[in-house]
Amino acid sequence: MGYPHKSHPKETVVLSKYFGDAEARSLRGWKKRGGYESLEQALAMDPSAVTEAIKASGLRGRGGAGFPTGLKWSFMPKEKKGPHYLCVNADESEPGTFKDREIMRWTPHALLEGAAIAAHAIRAEIGYIYIRGEFTEPWAIMEQALAEANTAKLFGEIRLYLHRGAGAYICGEETAMMNSIEGKRGNPRIKPPFPAAAGVFGRPTTINNVETLAAVPHILKHGAEWHKKLCLSNPKSVGTKLFSVCGHIAKPGNYEVTLGFPLKDLLHDLAGGMRPGRTLKGCIPGGSSVPILNREEAESTLLDYEGCVEKGTMLGSGGVIVFDDSADMVYQIMRLARFYAHESCAQCTQCREGTAWTTKILERILAGQGKTSDLDLLLELSENMTGKTICVLSDSCAAPIVSGIKKFRSEFEAYIAGKKRPVAA
Amino acid sequence: MSSVHVPAGTEAYIPVFTGKTQAELETIIKRYPTKQGALLPALWLVQRERGWISDRNMTEVAEVLGVTPAHVKGVVTFYTMYHQHPVGRHFVQVCTTSPCNLCGAEDVVRALVQETGAGELGATSPDGRWTVIEVECLGACGFATPILIDDDFIESVTPDKVPGLVKRYG
Repeated sequence: MGYPHKSHPKETVVLSKYFGDAEARSLRGWKKRGGYESLEQALAMDPSAVTEAIKASGLRGRGGAGFPTGLKWSFMPKEKKGPHYLCVNADESEPGTFKDREIMRWTPHALLEGAAIAAHAIRAEIGYIYIRGEFTEPWAIMEQALAEANTAKLFGEIRLYLHRGAGAYICGEETAMMNSIEGKRGNPRIKPPFPAAAGVFGRPTTINNVETLAAVPHILKHGAEWHKKLCLSNPKSVGTKLFSVCGHIAKPGNYEVTLGFPLKDLLHDLAGGMRPGRTLKGCIPGGSSVPILNREEAESTLLDYEGCVEKGTMLGSGGVIVFDDSADMVYQIMRLARFYAHESCAQCTQCREGTAWTTKILERILAGQGKTSDLDLLLELSENMTGKTICVLSDSCAAPIVSGIKKFRSEFEAYIAGKKRPVAA
Repeated sequence: MSSVHVPAGTEAYIPVFTGKTQAELETIIKRYPTKQGALLPALWLVQRERGWISDRNMTEVAEVLGVTPAHVKGVVTFYTMYHQHPVGRHFVQVCTTSPCNLCGAEDVVRALVQETGAGELGATSPDGRWTVIEVECLGACGFATPILIDDDFIESVTPDKVPGLVKRYG
């Protein structure tokens, strides 16, 4: 349901069924709601059979990349020559995204159950749940839930631990997260080796997002076929997904829909549409790292992995940032570039310099000191920031800049031509 | 009354990791295959006990975990939530990233800086009570503007709620 709002009839409520239901947080309450039945089922299965079931379900990673979950698990060695690890990515920091926070706040046992099933499937004895440092409330709730589950000895030989981040967006990148767990700076690593070969502490590792793992118990309970049938458009995109809607919107919040759901309906029906007297200008559908859509594109996009690519953007994390006609797109794009400049780990030159300089140029344009050539310069810098670095942070900075200039060019030109009052950035 | 002059840096150092805090760290160390794995949690313990992390604290952490002080410093300076200098009794973090900016986060910042007496971002109020900083995305964009006061996560803050909050925490 669309916490903090009541469930909308067009939602498909699976993961969010107990959002707002504080009783579901306790072990007793969770078991009363059918919790931990799937874990019991999984622990009695061969790990490969669990992986096969998830593979057959078509579940894809909900953190942003959309990689098939079962396939990722199958990359882990079948023969164990030492410890295997699971890392749970609860470092939710992508601007516009606040779904994992709700999963942990309301249904902490859903995550623990999914994590224990995943650990069993990949033959891991230890799972680290990496929660961003700012999430003090989800941390306390997860800590309580984990203590209850440990007392009840629910996880067999598997041990799950919470690991607190300390303020670094980049640690949501899987190899940076592994470094952070090892007690290092959160610098992404060059791949290969991939985590399944040499991950955290040099051992085979799988990293999964919170929402992905929370979906796993439902799949084991209802079957792969049930999951595959949760589909409104492309058979490659199945299941439900939480969309976090924020920015200029009447009813911000999380909404859970079947993949392939029209973005237009999400915005105008579920999330209550624009504020009174306002019209839609544009929208970022998958967290700040994906290209911006203009109104026409947004209103014709289907929310699945392929539907977003068709419109030149990505489903990403499902963080939907809405801009109405009052939004200054130049300012907003500068604000996003500044975010990436702040969060760059600084090991790749293209990213360290590119995020900083694009921010400075955007600030200069806003200050009324921009030149016509600045737009080409921004595009040239963006080109050098795309596909050339260890991780995709600099690509993520370039995405809103390139799409923003392409789709809202007149707003940039107005500042450059002195037709718009300069803004202090 | 006479006071004895103690040159800076030569004061007696009181270690963080003794008694209960040391026991806590030892429990944490067991969760990782290397001692270094416990570095982030160890730094959180230092900050909880001392309010910030000094160079002397970093040297202690390095000794306890068998890593170099340079490594510890590198980690402390990488992560924005570790304080490298003392902050006010209440530490306020305000989200101003795009979604919150769209919803008026800048007004919340102005109200907080003024109401707490901090005067400017990053500075501590003269009475030592408040430090206010801007932070990037707090991950609660649907509840703009979220702020953290110490460890309390507060959603949907608007400028008119600021005086009440400042009074409550005092």
